[in-house]
Amino acid sequence: MNKILEKRKLAQDTTLMVIDTQPISAKALPGQFIILRTHDNGERIPLTIVNSNPENKTITIVFQEIGKTTKLLGRLNTGEYIHDLAGPLGHASELIKYPNKIVVIGGGVGIAELLPVTIGLKNAGNSVAGIIGARNKDLLIFEDELRKTVDELHVVTDDGSKGQKGFVTDALNNIINNGGTPENISLVYAVGPVPMMRAVSVLTLNFKIKTIVSLNPIMIDGTGMCGSCRCTINGKTKFGCVDGPEFDGHSVDWNELQTRLGQFKPFEKQSLGTI
Amino acid sequence: MKNTEKQKMNEAPAQERINNFSEVALGYNEEQARIEAQRCIQCKKPSCVAGCPVEINIPKFIKEIASGEYSKSISTLKEKSNLPAVCGRVCPQETQCELKCILSKKGNPVAIGYLERFAADYEMKNKKDSLPVISVKKTQGHKVAIIGSGPAGLTCAGDLARAGASVTIFEALHKSGGVLSYGIPPFRLPRNILNDELNYIKSLGVEIQNNIIIGKTFSIEDLFAAGYKAVFIGAGAGLPVFPGLPGENLCGIYSANEFLTRINLMSADKFPESDTPLNIGSKTVVIGGGNTAMDSARCAIRIIKTRFPDIKPEVTIIYRRTESEMPARKEEIEHAKQEGINFEFLTQPVEFINNGDGFLSAVKCLKCELGAPDSSGRRKPVPLKNSEFIIETNTAVLALGLKPNPLVPQSLKGLKTDDEGNVIVNPETAQTSIDNVYAGGDIIGGEGTVIEAMGMGKKAAKSIINVYLNTH
Repeated sequence: MNKILEKRKLAQDTTLMVIDTQPISAKALPGQFIILRTHDNGERIPLTIVNSNPENKTITIVFQEIGKTTKLLGRLNTGEYIHDLAGPLGHASELIKYPNKIVVIGGGVGIAELLPVTIGLKNAGNSVAGIIGARNKDLLIFEDELRKTVDELHVVTDDGSKGQKGFVTDALNNIINNGGTPENISLVYAVGPVPMMRAVSVLTLNFKIKTIVSLNPIMIDGTGMCGSCRCTINGKTKFGCVDGPEFDGHSVDWNELQTRLGQFKPFEKQSLGTI
Repeated sequence: MKNTEKQKMNEAPAQERINNFSEVALGYNEEQARIEAQRCIQCKKPSCVAGCPVEINIPKFIKEIASGEYSKSISTLKEKSNLPAVCGRVCPQETQCELKCILSKKGNPVAIGYLERFAADYEMKNKKDSLPVISVKKTQGHKVAIIGSGPAGLTCAGDLARAGASVTIFEALHKSGGVLSYGIPPFRLPRNILNDELNYIKSLGVEIQNNIIIGKTFSIEDLFAAGYKAVFIGAGAGLPVFPGLPGENLCGIYSANEFLTRINLMSADKFPESDTPLNIGSKTVVIGGGNTAMDSARCAIRIIKTRFPDIKPEVTIIYRRTESEMPARKEEIEHAKQEGINFEFLTQPVEFINNGDGFLSAVKCLKCELGAPDSSGRRKPVPLKNSEFIIETNTAVLALGLKPNPLVPQSLKGLKTDDEGNVIVNPETAQTSIDNVYAGGDIIGGEGTVIEAMGMGKKAAKSIINVYLNTH
């Protein structure tokens, strides 16, 4: 169990791993995540399950090497083992048929997390438009897979090196305004960095379009016992790991989430400096 | 002539011990243990036994210590308790066995807990020549699944294994022990002691599978499908209560579970040698009056001493009632005081104040007075008008209690729970509303003690043995 069967670089600092884990692969649904540890003194970090294959008894994760733990994870090679792996955690996405079109939006490594939900929504019989965005063309991942899945795909890059220059919200604005009226969009689903999910939610609130976001607060156990991942949703304290990770984007206290995500910054930097 | 005074246990001096996480109480030496054991008058009808939730034959094991037969005494203990080294340390003996000791009527009760600890530690230190003889029946092949490796689950597992069942414990975390591992700090329960106890349970044939979250990785139905005949739910009260006060999600505010988990389970005290960080300021408040609050405050002072050697740590416990209503053990309150922790009694926080950058800068509080007794039987704290005051602080730890972890109960259709989320069981048999599913420990009623959880684990094991092992 926990053996790395495949490792592939998707972009600079972004890595895909296929891991042998029968129990998790048998249960995992789109929208869920795992918690892992790379070594005995290691910390526990959450990562989204990008794909689960019960037949092969595998799950797939995609991560960006941004701190000590993700860098150590990136150093593990095919044939090696993940020290601790637990899941699937969190609620699964609600994959139902909506009356009108859905827009799914992925930013950066969030594009990988978007893929299983998009496939699920498509399989539920929805008409789906996709928007993927990254800083530049080299950071775009899963473009082909998404293009095969959705009815239309819009690509945006901050620097214009591929697709439309700008942000995912620019593309979303176009879809809302050029594709007819806001009324013919049933749902916007967004996953990516907090500023991006926030900007999407601010935009869709203007048009009163239902918006679901997949939040990424700091977690430890991932089973609801500590509240490290708590977020304010509609004025109430909720736990990202057990009540989420998906929430109504219009109900999230974004300032709080962004601040809480930064609360260990100096420590993270110090920790990274030890490798 | 018998000594009438209880033998004092040596402790690391407060000013030294707050610089590390080493054990505070140092245990009896052989001489102290024998003198203390000789104080026991060997009652014909011992009332101490009735005060012990797992009914250890207390006079017998104490007599064995008195006569130097230490390995016999550990065998006597282990007939009933699967974790004597833990219980000797963390049980609130003053409200259990020692409360019922006949000597307590005229003076100090026999130090039953210290003696239990002595016997257990002696055995661990001298394993080679004093292996206790524990009868483990040949396995009959009946598979029993235990959910959670805390005190309830470990005890249930140990008793079932000794009765011949094939027992597997499923533990959600990467380390075993439940609250013994993530909650109780090493200065009260050293990690090598816990590991030895876990190894003892494993030596009985119990298998522990870590990183398995029942309700997520497997359902209880999956366990039955895999051939388990019975399931014991000992998943604990792991869900922290947040007060719903303005500012409670500011950075620098932790639930006690998060604070203690970072330190005890993830070794944040050793950061950056270990990878889990803990952001703590030199001024820390802990809100609550139970053992969890004491543990949090005492952890805080140790970490602050290490991180900020040149600054005087200011750790303050804020409690709504007075010292006499505090649910924490007297010994732990005393230890906290010795270590320099301040107490603000009759004080209720009403708001957490932002420093402008999303971090905590102060707690706004009201003074209280005690009114009429409430449903808990304790006098209810009533906030006083115009008594508002501010405690400046960088860190707050909320130790306001826990609710049963809902992951397991929510995943099993038809499992009856009460309004608080506690699993409902038949108190005689520990059986839940579902056939073949038993439960015990904090999952059936809030925050109890380690030994109470063990008592319920024992009760469930007995039922399971009666129903499956003896009749099938």
